[in-house]
Amino acid sequence: MSAQKPRTLFDKIWDAHVVETLPDGTALLYIDLHLTHEVTTPQAFDGLRAAGRKVRRPDATLAVVDHNIATDDSRRTGIVDPESRLQVETLERNVAEFGVPYIPLLDDRQGIVHVIGPELGRSLPGMTIVCGDSHTSTHGAMGALAFGIGTSEVEHVLATQTLLQKPAKNMRISVDGNLAFGCSAKDIILAIIGRIGTAGGTGHVIEYAGDAIRALDMAGRMTVCNMSIEGGARAGMVAPDQTTYDYIARTPNGPKGAALARAIEWWKTLPSDPGAHFDTEVRLNAHEIAPQVTWGTNPEAVLPITGVVPNPADEPDEAKRAQMQRMIEYMGLTPGQRLQDLKVDVVFIGSCTNSRIEDIRAAAAIAKGRKVAEGVRAMVVPGSGLVKKAAEAEGLDRILKEAGFEWREAGCSMCLGMNPDKLTPGQRSASTSNRNFEGRQGPGGRTHLLSPAMAAAAAVAGRLADVRDYQPKEAL
Amino acid sequence: MQAFTTLTGIAAPLPKANVDTDQIIPARFLKSISRQGFGKNLFANFRYREDGSENPDFVLNQEPYRRAEILIAFENFGCGSSREHAPWALLDFGIRCVIAPDFADIFHNNCFKNGILPVRLPKEVCAQLMEDAKLGANARITVDLEREVVVRPNGEEIPFKVDPLRRHLLLNGLDDIGQTLQHAPAIDSFEAKQKASQPWLYA
Repeated sequence: MSAQKPRTLFDKIWDAHVVETLPDGTALLYIDLHLTHEVTTPQAFDGLRAAGRKVRRPDATLAVVDHNIATDDSRRTGIVDPESRLQVETLERNVAEFGVPYIPLLDDRQGIVHVIGPELGRSLPGMTIVCGDSHTSTHGAMGALAFGIGTSEVEHVLATQTLLQKPAKNMRISVDGNLAFGCSAKDIILAIIGRIGTAGGTGHVIEYAGDAIRALDMAGRMTVCNMSIEGGARAGMVAPDQTTYDYIARTPNGPKGAALARAIEWWKTLPSDPGAHFDTEVRLNAHEIAPQVTWGTNPEAVLPITGVVPNPADEPDEAKRAQMQRMIEYMGLTPGQRLQDLKVDVVFIGSCTNSRIEDIRAAAAIAKGRKVAEGVRAMVVPGSGLVKKAAEAEGLDRILKEAGFEWREAGCSMCLGMNPDKLTPGQRSASTSNRNFEGRQGPGGRTHLLSPAMAAAAAVAGRLADVRDYQPKEAL
Repeated sequence: MQAFTTLTGIAAPLPKANVDTDQIIPARFLKSISRQGFGKNLFANFRYREDGSENPDFVLNQEPYRRAEILIAFENFGCGSSREHAPWALLDFGIRCVIAPDFADIFHNNCFKNGILPVRLPKEVCAQLMEDAKLGANARITVDLEREVVVRPNGEEIPFKVDPLRRHLLLNGLDDIGQTLQHAPAIDSFEAKQKASQPWLYA
């Protein structure tokens, strides 16, 4: 590639990590940081062992448990479920055998892998970051190229610190202007997925740009990048800027002093050049985005909270009509029904999408002085032990507990239905997580995705509610 | 990894778009530390009723599709989670080839690492193959990776394309880690250069 050609943020990080290009154009791409957890690694370590291979760079690898674990006090006395316990113990055996740094369950730094990477200062601009988890796209908020991989690729990275990859196409999504009253990063990304669809980003890396993205804090940028995969893109990214550098300076393990200054010099060269080519461009106006909530069983089935359940009869395409019908049946809805009339059984505030201190503050601001509605189970699950401590130092836990929310330990919790936190069949949840697939939060569970403030409003209303009715204007 | 050359078998029609990996294998079944045994929970939420009995309406519970080796579906197959347990579950059930108009990227990669061939064909062709598949055991479909053609029961050949490197690895059942390790000197020199220019990346 000629030095003169304008390049995107993705192009620059890609070019800086190509070890070799194979004759057919496949690149051997160097990986700077490999995050690992208990669910997608046991078979990879087995593969290494069987082939007599080592972990090439333990210093560039970090392991933590998050998916499988309980988020209540029971974790202190050991994991009850025997399969979950075996998976966690297997990770502990593997990290010991292969010399991989590990954050144990009862360590304050333990948390969801996509919360702790940035929080500890391990996920940095310009890096290539992978993890056996599709929400690895979260780390793109740091200005990194970060994407999820399967277990075979986990083994490949452990053994070689590289991946065989074909370059992705570049997509830029610009969100112009200012966010409207009551809206947050979650509303931006849900509105984007509603626009581009669940496969709109397939084959692409998305760069999020525009005033509304620039104005987001790092937690907001992580929320946006996190759900890139829900729009089909393996990676989403935001160019690093002063907000990014200030965030990194506050992290415990990020570069400091002269090393940070030197790193920032390089990071400043990363933003896309003027005139760089994007294969696909999408533009949204931030002020047109209203608080969003999903009604169906994929994240593209999303509407403003003021909307009504759509009518399949209005859908001309037969396959789409059938899919819509199935969603309405599964979700227990009636066409034309107001979304705000849907009663909820469970409210879940947490997950790698929305469990950072900023998210908990947003929920607490709505919960303050109010009570969770009768019959609603509402839980707040901080993304890490450090988030939990910070929230407690601010007194957010007291506000939430007084309002009737459960205040829990860090983990993936009710996002995915593989630990004790699950929906039962037919239960309807308002959830700040990322997937509303059938059975995602437990078999037969019905998930509505929304922002932390919207989730807190649903908890006190006992139904899906418009956060704008609960938030005094001057509070914003 | 088992090589994939040519497969002739029963194809199961799954006329759905956006078949996500939570449908293919729900998260509660991801707790095993082995690659084997996921087949019994493939599509568990559709295959079994709440009491654990088989749902006779689901295609893989019907003859001859219990013996299906090919699955035909609609757009965006394998979207969602990166779990490789999804291809492991398909493989353990006996499915070696999925035909769909397009696939989610991570699932698509994961298939090739496990000897499963994902074939992209236009939606109308998938719809036609689904009609063929509905004819059951008498309508066997052939997928020939060597020649890159799908052969319909009536003998009509439909060409498809697979990335040449992936085709090579799959045809020969090659372990790509072994291939990559042949580039170890290049990886060494990359690291030496990067360590000098970006020392903060090295502990």
